[in-house]
Amino acid sequence: MELAAAAALGKFIGAGLACIGMGGSAMGVGNVAGNFLAGALRNPSAAAGQTATLFIGIAFAEALGIFSFLVALLLMFAV
Amino acid sequence: MANTTTTATDVAEGTAEAVGHAADAAGHAAESAGMPQLDFSTFPNQIFWLLVTLVVLYFILAKIALPRLAGILADRQGRITSDLEMAARLKDQAQEAEKAYQQALVDARTEAGKIVAAARAEIQADLDKATAKADAEIAARAAESAKRIDEIRAGAVASVSDVAKDTAEAIVAALGGKADAKSVAAAVAARMKG
Amino acid sequence: MAAETEAQGLTFHPMDQFKVGPLFGDALSAFSITNVTLWMAVAVLCVIVLFVLGTAKRSVVPGRMQSIAELAYGFVYKMVEDVTGHDGVKYFPYIFTLFIFIAFSNFLGLLPGAFTTTSHVAVTAVMAVMVFLFVTILGFAKNGLHFLGLFWVSSAPLALRPILAVIELISYFVRPVSHSIRLAGNMMAGHAVIKVFAAFAPLVLFSAVGYAVTPLSILAIVAMYALEILVAFIQAYVFTILTCVYLRDALHPGH
Repeated sequence: MELAAAAALGKFIGAGLACIGMGGSAMGVGNVAGNFLAGALRNPSAAAGQTATLFIGIAFAEALGIFSFLVALLLMFAV
Repeated sequence: MANTTTTATDVAEGTAEAVGHAADAAGHAAESAGMPQLDFSTFPNQIFWLLVTLVVLYFILAKIALPRLAGILADRQGRITSDLEMAARLKDQAQEAEKAYQQALVDARTEAGKIVAAARAEIQADLDKATAKADAEIAARAAESAKRIDEIRAGAVASVSDVAKDTAEAIVAALGGKADAKSVAAAVAARMKG
Repeated sequence: MAAETEAQGLTFHPMDQFKVGPLFGDALSAFSITNVTLWMAVAVLCVIVLFVLGTAKRSVVPGRMQSIAELAYGFVYKMVEDVTGHDGVKYFPYIFTLFIFIAFSNFLGLLPGAFTTTSHVAVTAVMAVMVFLFVTILGFAKNGLHFLGLFWVSSAPLALRPILAVIELISYFVRPVSHSIRLAGNMMAGHAVIKVFAAFAPLVLFSAVGYAVTPLSILAIVAMYALEILVAFIQAYVFTILTCVYLRDALHPGH
């Protein structure tokens, strides 16, 4: 019983720690979007052609945040 | 999820039953995986229906919708190009018509100028003729008048010399002289010239 | 455990909305009619209404439905053409099918009470693995062993190339994982967060704190919902454009 409670406690702490990873992904996405905007303001004519690249970059950066979210969920519900 | 429930309510309600709940929750989680996404017993069902759906969708889209849409877009493109060509052609026609109109206008203007000039020349000729005729008439009349004036003057001079002769004879007779007509006439003629 | 929390007034079941269950009876086999079947059928129906009935008139000046259909067609067509180049256009129907299925599932999942088929890893993983296998087989079929040049970065210094090849190989095999988890994770996360906020909403019935919490949670639900509408589209777009990128790698591995 004590062990089970400790394990449950550990799961929650682990899940919470995993959520820190989402912050990293948030910074990544912000970095991509911000740099895109900075570039787009310098050369607006080239921006339209690069939106696909923007979204691909955001998707890659975001995937890692989703992974940490997944780890959190797995810890909470599946472990 | 029971775990979230308990923690959240505990926070909200300020109760302290977490330990017991957590223990319960741990037991519960062991008995059924909390995430429906990881419930492998539902996977065959989902995958089967997904494949059915994708195949159905593919046939609907690839056999009916996409060719139709491609056709619609191609039609529209063709129609737009043909409409643009038609518009260009109509514009050309309009420009030609305008050119023709301007040409006609210029022609009409020159024609009108010609007509005006001809009319003016004709009028001028008539006028000249009339002026000449009138001049001739005036000249004739003037000559006639001059002749008559001359006649009148000559008549007047003759009558003046007659009167002068008569007067001179009468005066000479009254003065007691006897004057022959010839010398009186010569004297009057000399005086008249003087 | 639900019973204990219900006793306290609030019920948190953020993951219950993702449960798969048969609509008729209890037995769950691969072929039984479940809520997955129902919502996939609804998606197919919506596609039929929009893309078959909506374009039935073939009018030159499009109506509302036909404009949406044309817009979707033009959007995906341009994406495929821009990313994969001209020789990728013949795979356009497959990509369009994927895009339409994901977009419709995402949007239908936002209806209250609806089941989001794309929030399940089983569904997205099948699609991602299909794309992965298709692209890999196509790459070898088109380019033969040249396709392996994708992993051999010839622009890097020779000493680095084996290391890069290992990294490239790993990232290549992680593709279907990230491809599927991204979509399922996004949909799951958004819906779960909305559900958590929704669970706070009835707090006003049980506690004085609720007067502050309930309006906030309702506001949060509205905000999350707006974000989810955006995410529903963006994730369909991202899934499709990544498919196009993988397809381009298969067609022109030299890049």
